[in-house]
Amino acid sequence: MTQPQLRVVAGGAAAARLAAARPFIRLDGVAKTYKTADGPVESVKPVTFDIREGEFLAIVGPSGCGKSTLLKMVAGLLPATAGEISIDGRRVAGPHEGVGIVFQSPVLLAWRTVFDNVMLQIEMRKLARAEYAQRAMDLIEMTGLAGFEKKYPWQLSGGMQQRASICRALVHDPRILLMDEPFGALDAMTREKMNLELQRIWHTTGKTVLFITHSIPEAVFLADRVLVMSERPGSIAAIYDVNIPRPRSLRMMGDAAFVDLTQTIRGHFYAQGTLDH
Amino acid sequence: MSLLRKILLNPAMRPIWLIVVLLVLWDLAIRLFKIPPYLIPAPQKVVEALQNEWPRLVKESTVTTWATLGGFGLSILFGIPMALLIAYSRTVESFVYPLLVFSQSVPKIAIAPLFVVWFGFGIIPKVIAAFLLGFFPIVVSTVMGFKSVEPEMIDLARSMKASRLQTFMRISLPHAMPAIFSGLKVSVTLAVVGAVVGEFVGSNSGIGYVLQIANGNFDLPLMFAALVVLSMIGVVLFVAIDLLERVMIPWHASQRGDVHATP
Repeated sequence: MTQPQLRVVAGGAAAARLAAARPFIRLDGVAKTYKTADGPVESVKPVTFDIREGEFLAIVGPSGCGKSTLLKMVAGLLPATAGEISIDGRRVAGPHEGVGIVFQSPVLLAWRTVFDNVMLQIEMRKLARAEYAQRAMDLIEMTGLAGFEKKYPWQLSGGMQQRASICRALVHDPRILLMDEPFGALDAMTREKMNLELQRIWHTTGKTVLFITHSIPEAVFLADRVLVMSERPGSIAAIYDVNIPRPRSLRMMGDAAFVDLTQTIRGHFYAQGTLDH
Repeated sequence: MSLLRKILLNPAMRPIWLIVVLLVLWDLAIRLFKIPPYLIPAPQKVVEALQNEWPRLVKESTVTTWATLGGFGLSILFGIPMALLIAYSRTVESFVYPLLVFSQSVPKIAIAPLFVVWFGFGIIPKVIAAFLLGFFPIVVSTVMGFKSVEPEMIDLARSMKASRLQTFMRISLPHAMPAIFSGLKVSVTLAVVGAVVGEFVGSNSGIGYVLQIANGNFDLPLMFAALVVLSMIGVVLFVAIDLLERVMIPWHASQRGDVHATP
């Protein structure tokens, strides 16, 4: 048995690595229609796109455009009504091994310490506790929670709770990290700090990230590519490459390239008249 | 001296202070308004009755306590599985829940004589009466506890490929514990009432029987003494569950004051 290690990828090499990367997560004509009492409601129109290995893809869109539905389908939590999702060539038919999810709320268990909350992932997946304990501690340290592993969730701030839930999503060393508006419930300053942290974590671990957000600057700051979704029923309005060098700093949010791209993306929502929040 | 001061000023002493004040007011009211003893006995008469009748009161209250615990145990035994069925199956919920609510509006005291006809004068009618009163609050609270698990929590468990049993044991059950305990607390006090109701309608033992006899004889001091003992049973059972709750769910918000106080 090999000890699971944090994969380290040099920051500068990220772009080159991406260019060579092959499609890893593939969505082919994926659509979702919910059955309701008032008849079927189309949530996501057929969408087709790829996420490359090690890529950070952000999806932005107005509320109720089916972003979260899309993420749940990739996680295998919801079946697609049409089309097919495959990860590394294997069709997604239900919850699978190689994925960790971070939700908008930290969903930590109040009766477990930070460490035990992180280890929940290991227990549920029936993996060997002893093997992953050290990795859990490494992650807790990497996310700046060292010294808090024995604390209970209610003793932590919102930002720290979300860090703990990121540790939980990464502890079994998944290849994919799915994040559903993970910082949406945090205050603006904590949110910026968490964006910096997440960039660092992504650099250190080299995971493939699918990141859902409301915030256009957040998407541009973090992502290699930004996928813009239209209003319900969701469909792809556009996909933008973010050609801003890494590592990115908050200062770069004032740069012309950054401002131009956020303005372009914002244009989609103004045109649709949906940017009301 | 300072130790005595500490004990006297302890917040746990506050209810006792209130009782002392009420006793004094009670005594004063009887003296001032010249209330005759066949309406309300003086406190010292009640204390005397407690002293004189103590062995009998203890013996009868043991009977009532067993009936209460029997009914309470049955409430847990049937209430929690019933709540699970209701929480996890919409079909069961739609069939059973309305009927359950309906059954609660039937006054237990009205049907208690029926149990005597069916089961005689033994402990069984009392246990059934205690069960009927204690059952409902456990079901309602437990259903609420299991239904209030956030959908994201369930999604999280599913994303971890957790089995239904794992999800239940590690997420739903601990999550429902605070609600279950609040149901147990209400239930145990109602089970005492149920047991006494059972003793009222047909029995030759128990505190309810003592109350009945004292009432018939216009022995008000004994009646009040029996009431004191009866409320003590309720308090002791309630406190026992409260302590159990502290041990079993120290993480819950309602217990956190104490967690902070012991650094």
